[in-house]
Amino acid sequence: MSVARQKRLIAAALLCLTAVVNAPQRVAAQVSAPTAAPTATAAAPAPGVDPAFDDRAKAISSRLRCPVCQGESIQDSPAELATQMKSLVREQLASGKSETQVFDYFIGKYGQWILLEPRAEGINLLVYGLPILFIVGGGALLWGAVARWTRPVVTTGNDTGAPIDD
Amino acid sequence: MNWKRAIVTVAGVGIPVIALLSYGMTRDPRSIPSPLPGRAAPVFTRAVFAPGEDPTLRRAVGDSIRLADHNGQVVVVNFWASWCLACRDEHETLSMIARRYADQGVRFYGLLYNDEPRNGIKWIAQMGGQAYPALEDPSARTAIDYGLYGVPETFVVDQRGIVAHKYLGPVRPGELSQLLDSLLLAGARSTTTDAPVTRALPSPDSAR
Amino acid sequence: MIRILGLAAVWVALGMSVAGIIAAIWGLTRQRAPLVASAFQTVYVNFALLTIAVVAMVYALVTHDFSIGYVAQVGSRNTPTFYTVISLWGALEGSILFWGWVMAMYSAVVVWTNRHREGGLVPWASVALLTICLFFYILLVGPANPWHLVFPTPADGPGPNPLLQNHILMAIHPPLLYLGYVGMAVPFAFAVGALLAGEIHSDDWIKLTRRWTLSAWAFLSLAIIAGMWWSYEVLGWGGYWAWDPVENASFMPWLTATAFLHSAMVQERRGMLKLWNVNLIVSTFLLTILGTFLTRSGIVSSVHAFTTGTIGYYFLAFIALALVVSLVLVAGNSEGLRSEGHLDAAASRETVFLFNNLFLTGFTFVVVLGTLFPLVAEAFKGVKVTVGAPFFNKMTIPICVALLFLMGVGPSLPWKATSREHLRKMFILPAAVAIGIVVLALVLGMRDVYGMLAFAFAGFAIVCNTREYVIGVQARRRAHGEMIPVAFVRLVAANRRRYGGYLAHMGIITVAAAITASSSFRFEREATLKPGQSMPVKGDLSVRLKTMWGKDEPQREVVGADVEILRGGKVVGLLDPRMNFYRSQDQPVPTPAVRSRPTGDVYINLMAYTPDGQSATLRVIIEPFVPWIWFGGLVVALGAVVSAWPARRRTV
Repeated sequence: MSVARQKRLIAAALLCLTAVVNAPQRVAAQVSAPTAAPTATAAAPAPGVDPAFDDRAKAISSRLRCPVCQGESIQDSPAELATQMKSLVREQLASGKSETQVFDYFIGKYGQWILLEPRAEGINLLVYGLPILFIVGGGALLWGAVARWTRPVVTTGNDTGAPIDD
Repeated sequence: MNWKRAIVTVAGVGIPVIALLSYGMTRDPRSIPSPLPGRAAPVFTRAVFAPGEDPTLRRAVGDSIRLADHNGQVVVVNFWASWCLACRDEHETLSMIARRYADQGVRFYGLLYNDEPRNGIKWIAQMGGQAYPALEDPSARTAIDYGLYGVPETFVVDQRGIVAHKYLGPVRPGELSQLLDSLLLAGARSTTTDAPVTRALPSPDSAR
Repeated sequence: MIRILGLAAVWVALGMSVAGIIAAIWGLTRQRAPLVASAFQTVYVNFALLTIAVVAMVYALVTHDFSIGYVAQVGSRNTPTFYTVISLWGALEGSILFWGWVMAMYSAVVVWTNRHREGGLVPWASVALLTICLFFYILLVGPANPWHLVFPTPADGPGPNPLLQNHILMAIHPPLLYLGYVGMAVPFAFAVGALLAGEIHSDDWIKLTRRWTLSAWAFLSLAIIAGMWWSYEVLGWGGYWAWDPVENASFMPWLTATAFLHSAMVQERRGMLKLWNVNLIVSTFLLTILGTFLTRSGIVSSVHAFTTGTIGYYFLAFIALALVVSLVLVAGNSEGLRSEGHLDAAASRETVFLFNNLFLTGFTFVVVLGTLFPLVAEAFKGVKVTVGAPFFNKMTIPICVALLFLMGVGPSLPWKATSREHLRKMFILPAAVAIGIVVLALVLGMRDVYGMLAFAFAGFAIVCNTREYVIGVQARRRAHGEMIPVAFVRLVAANRRRYGGYLAHMGIITVAAAITASSSFRFEREATLKPGQSMPVKGDLSVRLKTMWGKDEPQREVVGADVEILRGGKVVGLLDPRMNFYRSQDQPVPTPAVRSRPTGDVYINLMAYTPDGQSATLRVIIEPFVPWIWFGGLVVALGAVVSAWPARRRTV
């Protein structure tokens, strides 16, 4: 890659990044709301700078439901509020909050509803447990039935023996 | 035909499924209870961009409003936007009630949600003015702090800084003044409602 | 006038279906053949009447007769005629009318093609069909009446929902969906007919039912794929499946129908699973009604939910009726349906079908539970929870992997029993391919276990299914000395069901692999650009904003961005993502632009722009292998067509 091209690419990349990140940073300076950002100075790294950080933020954002959309995650939604929530997630992570703390923040504001995947506790255990029970229990029953059905029988059963091509 | 087995199956499978679906018909999937009522109101510090007309409520443009400075006062926080149609419906009501309760220490603030202040100023002029100050909310941080779904939404914070009630959609005058009366009467004691409050979301504007 | 004509046609059809039901039941219980024959006549007349009603509605739409409620609701003089015609199914009332028409058509075809059949099965089935028709006619004269008078007559209407007039697929997806959905009523009617007529043990009702299920299943498969495509091309988030309740609604009956298509073969071969198969057919139908209820009652929130009204209560009553009748009939006859199974060996195709059914019904269970769980949680705990995509992905991906594996094992195992030696021979190559894929994936840096397994088993299954063709062709070449293409065509023609089935497998495997690839390797960038500016996306791929433009169309204003795709600095393509502002709506409707290549798509959505045209925010998504999903869907349908095609009486 030529040096000139490299420079141009970097310049373009920087332009893109500033465009995206500018807004939240400007806000971060104004906001001193303690609940939103306890250490208001912690600015989130620009997207693309720290891939590991991006992945963490993305993992959280894709599990939060966009309040103004229909069943979409804030990660996927183009809605303005979703974009703002995404940058809030990044800021909270950058300020040292754990993933659980970020989720707790949003649950405190919106209720459990905000989670696209219910927490595995209380009655929610049903939604995780019943399918597992269905597959495992059904599998065991079926296994038993197959074992029973394969036991040699004296009289041949219902074998129609019809020529069917499948 | 084995009627006994049929009846048992209907009772065991059919009835529960039908009951669940019938129950579903009584619920509105768009009404989601807010966890905020009964809890401390998220504090904010926000700049005034439209001063408000009522002499008591008026604050200078650029002033910083801190919710924390209002301890001992009932505060009504309204989220609105110039692009929101339902906000037009409640605008007059809010200004009227704000004027009526101003000398009893109740403070009203309108927080602009995902909108430009200059659009907000234009809108206020169009609507014939507003009694109380309008504040900026850049990047909707305060809106998210209050768990906003759409506009309009209105929160009433009592004298101890606890959210007493959340209104989804346009505020109705009777309801709001009744709540303010009871809050003022009861002072700082026994004013919080523990039950989460639900009401249908205003659909067209919340879909933004 | 046209209003009266349409409404009268539905009213008469309503009366006819009541008469037909009474005539059929009377004729059956009193053994009067002419009465049964006249009941059949009402089925045909119903179809004619509903055709009149549909044609009248289309005419009213095209001539903009705004005195008719439905036209005033979805019509607009600005809408292009094409979208005006397809707005027939664009809103609730019209979709019910269209539905009723498809239902009447199916009923007429079913009765006509089986009118000479002996016994009570077809007459009883016609009672079931007429009852379902009747339900839709009641909706059409009641809560979903599209004909109600609007006075004073408005000069113009708002036009169809912008999302529905934004893409050509809106002309294809709903009719396919209705053909698939409504088609599932036919197997149900046969099951009810067989139960009531006491013919549930006959071998040929299951064959008849299987063919009808297969054709409905083919439509439903195509409809689901078309729906995914529509969502991808229109909604602008770059995905194609969101586990939205409406998507789930179309998917649940598809799963149970798929299970039935396999287990029906076990019944044909071994006389087993009679009760199970009846249950699958009934569940499939009930799930179509449940899905319709979910999307039209507003009890779950969904992107596609129709406007709600009292119609939900009608659907609830109909579900209750259908559920109770089915449960009584099936449970009441379950003793007689019980069939003790016998298998020759555990390692046989029968066993694979049994496990295939376990996973398919387990899959259905996850989807039903996930869709309804918010109601359960609210009913018992009073909490609102969301069950969204992360849940469904987590729970269903392992099931999909298991199904992919079985899709390879099944065709490789013979019916009845097999030898250890044969097993070894059958699986050594596919297993080697699967292991090779895992190694390759590891070397390429893939770490997602399920992704790897999905690729590995997809490879495994593709090899297994392809080999079936190879073995068959080779055998024919040896036996008849035919050329490969000739041998191939004759092989398939002689065993349509079997090789059509394998073809459908290949389609499904293609879809599964493409979905895995596109979700594992999806890559996304978003940036705000000025005209002339470019942004790197991935590798040597970058995009450059050329210009912003705007244009006026009768029904909307369009703002677009011309974006150049560059590879290594050279322009290789131009995309124009747009935002459409319909005059009837506040919300802009995005229209992403997609550049498709076999290796994947470049997907660009215009997220925002400044009114002066000096900058635009673009979201660029690299979506690997997405076109293979659509292609796979076509292969599935082709496989179903081959499978369902009536065999010619010819010996090869």
